[in-house]
Amino acid sequence: MTDQHGPPSGFLRTHVFSLDHKVIGKQYLDLALIAVVIGMVLSWLMRFHLGFPTTPVPGLGTVAPNGAAGGIMTPELYLSLMTMHGTIMVFFVLTTAPFAGFGNFVLPLQVGAPDMAFPRFNMMSFWVTCLALLVLLAAFFVPEGPPISGWTAYAPLSALGKDAGPGLGTGQTLWAVSIAIFCIGQLLGSLNFIATTLDLRTRGMTFSRLPFSTWAWFITSVMALIAFSVLLPACIMLILDRVAGTSFFIPGGLVVSDRLQPHEGGSPLLWQHLFWFFGHPEVYIAIVPGFGIISQILPVFARKPLLGPKVLIACLVAIGFLSYTVWGHHMFLSGMNPVSATLFSVPTLVITIPATIIVLLWIGTVYGARLRLTTPALFCLGFISVFVSGGISGFFLAQPSIDTYLHGTYFVVGHFHFVMGVAAMFGIFAATYFWFPKMFGRMMNEKLGKLHFILTLVGVYCIFMPMHYLGLAGNIRRYSAFTDDYMKGSLPLHRFITIAALFTGAVQLIFFFNLVWSRWRGPKSPVNPWEATTLEWSVPSPPPFDNFAGHPPEVTHGPNEYGVKGPAADYVMQAAPVPPAAT
Amino acid sequence: MGKLFAVVLTVITLISTGVFIARVWWLPPDISVLGLGIDHQLMETMLASGVLFVVSQLVLALFIWRYRDRGDGRPVKTFPGGSTPMVVIATVLVGAEILVLSLVGTRIWSGIFLSKPDPAALKVDVLAEQFAYYFRYPGPDGVFGTVHPELIDDASSNFFGLDPANDSTARDDVVSASLVIPVNTPILLTMHSKDVGHAFFVPELRIQQDFVPGLVIPLQFTATQMVKKEIVCTQLCGLGHFNMRAYLEVQSHDQFEQWLADNAP
Repeated sequence: MTDQHGPPSGFLRTHVFSLDHKVIGKQYLDLALIAVVIGMVLSWLMRFHLGFPTTPVPGLGTVAPNGAAGGIMTPELYLSLMTMHGTIMVFFVLTTAPFAGFGNFVLPLQVGAPDMAFPRFNMMSFWVTCLALLVLLAAFFVPEGPPISGWTAYAPLSALGKDAGPGLGTGQTLWAVSIAIFCIGQLLGSLNFIATTLDLRTRGMTFSRLPFSTWAWFITSVMALIAFSVLLPACIMLILDRVAGTSFFIPGGLVVSDRLQPHEGGSPLLWQHLFWFFGHPEVYIAIVPGFGIISQILPVFARKPLLGPKVLIACLVAIGFLSYTVWGHHMFLSGMNPVSATLFSVPTLVITIPATIIVLLWIGTVYGARLRLTTPALFCLGFISVFVSGGISGFFLAQPSIDTYLHGTYFVVGHFHFVMGVAAMFGIFAATYFWFPKMFGRMMNEKLGKLHFILTLVGVYCIFMPMHYLGLAGNIRRYSAFTDDYMKGSLPLHRFITIAALFTGAVQLIFFFNLVWSRWRGPKSPVNPWEATTLEWSVPSPPPFDNFAGHPPEVTHGPNEYGVKGPAADYVMQAAPVPPAAT
Repeated sequence: MGKLFAVVLTVITLISTGVFIARVWWLPPDISVLGLGIDHQLMETMLASGVLFVVSQLVLALFIWRYRDRGDGRPVKTFPGGSTPMVVIATVLVGAEILVLSLVGTRIWSGIFLSKPDPAALKVDVLAEQFAYYFRYPGPDGVFGTVHPELIDDASSNFFGLDPANDSTARDDVVSASLVIPVNTPILLTMHSKDVGHAFFVPELRIQQDFVPGLVIPLQFTATQMVKKEIVCTQLCGLGHFNMRAYLEVQSHDQFEQWLADNAP
């Protein structure tokens, strides 16, 4: 039973320190929105420099006088922007929005619960995450600047302190502290998701009737619980290496900045193993909620049931399990035993089987459908397209014998942005356009939504597909510009990508406008505007504070009953009363 | 909107694939013995993935066009055979591809990283540091001098921390900022780092390997053409990472012997 709490009173309790999962879900989404704007601006600055390395950015010299005198960024400023972009996007956008944000708002509604199992933990998890972001952003304001070791913070570069270079002093410590705090927030959140799904399902909500999105959040929670439990101690060890003189990740005999380092006995590969043991499941933590969201939303707009619902769940579980067996594919060339590369390659390739099945189930669902091409439906279909594109390039990188060439090139950048960045973002967009009416009681503008979709689709392909060409040509990543002889020929393509990135970024203004305008000015939403089956569409928009006004529904149907013959509609709500003849 | 989406998706697919087929941007020419196998494996994967990419995107586009709601109230249709064909297709097709690529790929990988070093290989000791590479040849005695980290001193060009005063094997070691090697000769690099993680990548050789502080990592290759190419660091190593490069110079045997003699300490 959930921890009972009455309706909140006062502004602080209602909107700031709320225990209500719906408010907390929106807070997570607002946090992700702030984070994504920061992350996107950082990527624009990087892309601008890559495309136009000698053109000053107006105002940048004023904002960053040390890193960009005259408006042209230094290589180290580029590296710090890259580190902050990756960290902000992976942790505070791709984990926060689809999992903590939409999961929080929708999961208790979909299982028929009045709230999360532990509302106080829930509130704490949000504020802890918020604190983590503030600690990370504080790195922008320390004298040596933000860290420059990438979002992966490979040791010993990240562990040695300021001897290793600018940004590797206080900025890097703040990074490690921020991520450790973030882990605590996610652990609290995922425990809550698991307990709510297991214990707070309403009468009749058996596991076979659980909506696919809730299945996906549940599986993601289990993955997050294991993954963040590993990253947390890894970050603590990194902090200890930095501030307490331990040597978890630093071997003996290193000479940095002409100083023999006072460490011995540590292993840089230990960091990589711990980081990627978290890091690879993290990719799935970002994308599995998207799988669930697409599987739940697509049938609503196809007006037919999802093909193979049980197969989908089996595939999601298989992906969740396999995601813990593949971390070494990030380390083929890291100096670990080359035999293990083969061992890590096989599960990496095998994981494409459940992923391919899921894609085929979606395509099979579209077959013979009566597709209502609303904005959420478009983003679902777009998700399939970009996920296929990103997944296919993974086929190259999963093979050690090809990775020897493509590793560390733009091919990798194109791959993970498609599969983890763009696909996950498309999932977030689909979820936003779909659940916005339930969250705010108003509809988003469809014309603007469709414009946003089609321009974004073209934009992301123009950004990330050419990165595969660059990678094939041997263009390596993490360079601020290609101005000297090395890879000079890549500049025109980099320029094209930059223009596409600025264009795609500008297109997002349509989304932001739609989001803000519709929140207050959009047409009022009915209870169930999309004619969907799940429980959240049986309560008012927005739902009352305890969701079901003290009367938890009794579930009688699965979430997948679309395209059925009925007198007035072609679907059956999950809590629809069973007709007497059928009982 | 359905028609527009389908057309846009088709155009994106055709252009994306066309650029690959036309090889507008492509791998630089291979100059190594093992590069051929890697290129072959890449092409096989490219072909299989390319077909999958084009077919899946075009089918998606076709379905969006064909099955968009036209307000005609037609009944929906289920996929013939349900989900079973999907599971079978994915498992058999992808499974077969995985099996073939893994078997062939493992041979190539083993050839690079798991084969026993050629006894006739030229041994070169490589030191990576922020933000340079140094290459050391054992000299006429064929033995590398012992490394002492506490003696490392860039100011006096003692990059490796050698002790020629007390260590006779160190006296004839040749140290260079470029990797100069003879053509068609197996090369065995022993790679170690002075400070943080670095990497060795020559796109034309098709191989890449990280330097890990605390480990000595072997890497073998044979260059087949006399060229001068850049070695780049692909592991983020600090503020000067972008500047961490050196030259690989592949010379004839005579030129190489002359170079060794010219650079003897």
